[in-house]
Amino acid sequence: MSLEIEGLRFSYDGDGFVLSLPYLKILPGESVALVGPSGSGKTTLLNLVAGILSPELGSISVDGRVITDLGIRQRRQHRLCRMGMIFQSFELLEYLDLRDNVLLQARLAPGVKISPELEQQAQDIVAELGLLDKWRRPVTALSQGERQRVAVSRALLLDPPVVLADEPTGNLDPDNKRAVLDQLIALCAGGNRILLTVTHDHSLLPAFDRVVDMSELLAQEAAENG
Amino acid sequence: MGDLFYLGSRYISHHRAKLLVLIFAITLVGWLPVAIQIIVDQTAEQLLERAENTPLVIGAPGSPLELSLGSLYFRAKTPARLNYSEVKKVEATGYARAIPLYYRFRAQDYPIVGTSSDYFSYRGLQLASGRPAALLGEAVIGSKVAETMSLGVGDPIISSPESVFDLAGVYPLKMPVVGVLAPSFSPDDEAVFVDVKTTWVIQGLGHGHQDLNRQEAVGQVLKREGGNLVANASVRQFNTITSENLDSFHFHGESSAFPISAIIPVAPDDKSAALLLGHFQEEREDVQIVRSRRVIAQLLDTVFTVRDYIVVGIAVVAIATATVALLVFYLSLRLRSGERFTLSRIGASRLQVQILMATEVVFVLLFSAALAALLIALTRQYGISLMQQLLLA
Repeated sequence: MSLEIEGLRFSYDGDGFVLSLPYLKILPGESVALVGPSGSGKTTLLNLVAGILSPELGSISVDGRVITDLGIRQRRQHRLCRMGMIFQSFELLEYLDLRDNVLLQARLAPGVKISPELEQQAQDIVAELGLLDKWRRPVTALSQGERQRVAVSRALLLDPPVVLADEPTGNLDPDNKRAVLDQLIALCAGGNRILLTVTHDHSLLPAFDRVVDMSELLAQEAAENG
Repeated sequence: MGDLFYLGSRYISHHRAKLLVLIFAITLVGWLPVAIQIIVDQTAEQLLERAENTPLVIGAPGSPLELSLGSLYFRAKTPARLNYSEVKKVEATGYARAIPLYYRFRAQDYPIVGTSSDYFSYRGLQLASGRPAALLGEAVIGSKVAETMSLGVGDPIISSPESVFDLAGVYPLKMPVVGVLAPSFSPDDEAVFVDVKTTWVIQGLGHGHQDLNRQEAVGQVLKREGGNLVANASVRQFNTITSENLDSFHFHGESSAFPISAIIPVAPDDKSAALLLGHFQEEREDVQIVRSRRVIAQLLDTVFTVRDYIVVGIAVVAIATATVALLVFYLSLRLRSGERFTLSRIGASRLQVQILMATEVVFVLLFSAALAALLIALTRQYGISLMQQLLLA
């Protein structure tokens, strides 16, 4: 279930920015941090891998399936069923409790039924993150760190091979940053999942298996284009 | 789809206060104009039916509307008085039988209607239990009276004093209920029927007291003047008429001068009715004869005009309510833009997001429509009787 990016090229209309990534391969169970200055294309790369954006050139494949060849609808379904997304602002639905937020992606995924087995699976993940006692609590009653753990649970429920996290610790206090990240990396490694994370916090980089500096890619692109 | 409705229901549950207010407002503007229409139409139907069944009414000069409403519904505040002699005068014309009505007094919230036995056959009233009133002081009550006051044959019903502080005024008379009428779904269900003479006893025009000719009453007799005895204030007057004291009841004065509120002339045919109408309109200025239907129809014209104004007013309010509701929905959608973004990013389809967003609007509109429909159905069934009870209260 490796993630492979080849000859990727993307630019926004009317914008001078160009994202160019010749090659990147991430192996199952590997955690990769994307770093770089603002505007270097970290979130853009994440969105390309998620299928939210479509590149001009190149391909992105997950376990041999070239997702850049898929149509919009298929990319969306692939994201729903085969990827976990974690965001800086948690992006939980405030009118749902912890349980329903964790099950949200599953409810939207085609062909997935909220069975007792799935619910047990959800409880197991939540228990690993230390939140089982808050199972039916409204998310508005949870702390920042707890909310991000709920978002992590949601992302992992359908056992995706790839987890994409955009600044997952950006809104957390120093105590929670490391705790949440360590738990996320451990869960992904334990499930042999690829974790691709955007982060600005260099103090967290030692926790990752690999670091990809987007500013180096920009420099290469600039050099090639003279 | 079930999952989307589940998520929608969670949203609705979380925002139930806001949605309940919206539902209440939309239901109200949907139900109210229809309810007003229904109640006015049903009331008009009832009023006209009663008026159709009572083509002519004779009363003292004054407001034809008050005379009609009083004699049809027994609800005139201060019915003008007619002399009982008019009953004989009507019958003397040869054009109609005359049914007297005297509805000045009340038993709590219900009118006491003094009349003759002809009234019951005229209105087609049937007894559910007991017998017709045969003796002075006996009462036959309508079905609603029996139900709300928990009265049956054998129970007493007491007339209400007109004024607690008027020592010379009417006193309560305790009347045994001898009959209960079957429901007729008319104002007769909410009336207490007695012989017209009983209402004169309530008024004090007749009374009964201990026999002053007996030895034990000697101390109460002030003087004897020919055949008349003048007694002092210690004489005990009866406030209930029984078989034992019935003989002691008597009236002072000529009954032809005693008051009644109105007369229902019962003409055998249209020609007689027309002749009676002509007789009273041309030859009698001291009484009035009215065509109930025409009077009620005029009243209804006014009511319908008022109704139309009210409905137009409500329509304006409805437009304002709809505008506010639209604004609330729009603002709600704006507030949920973050939610739409999240759903889209984790992979929800545009259709899924739209269905989820629409749940709120659809739920409010459907629930309001259902509630308004239910209220309209209930209004159609119970609106009139509820209004009457509220007015009675």
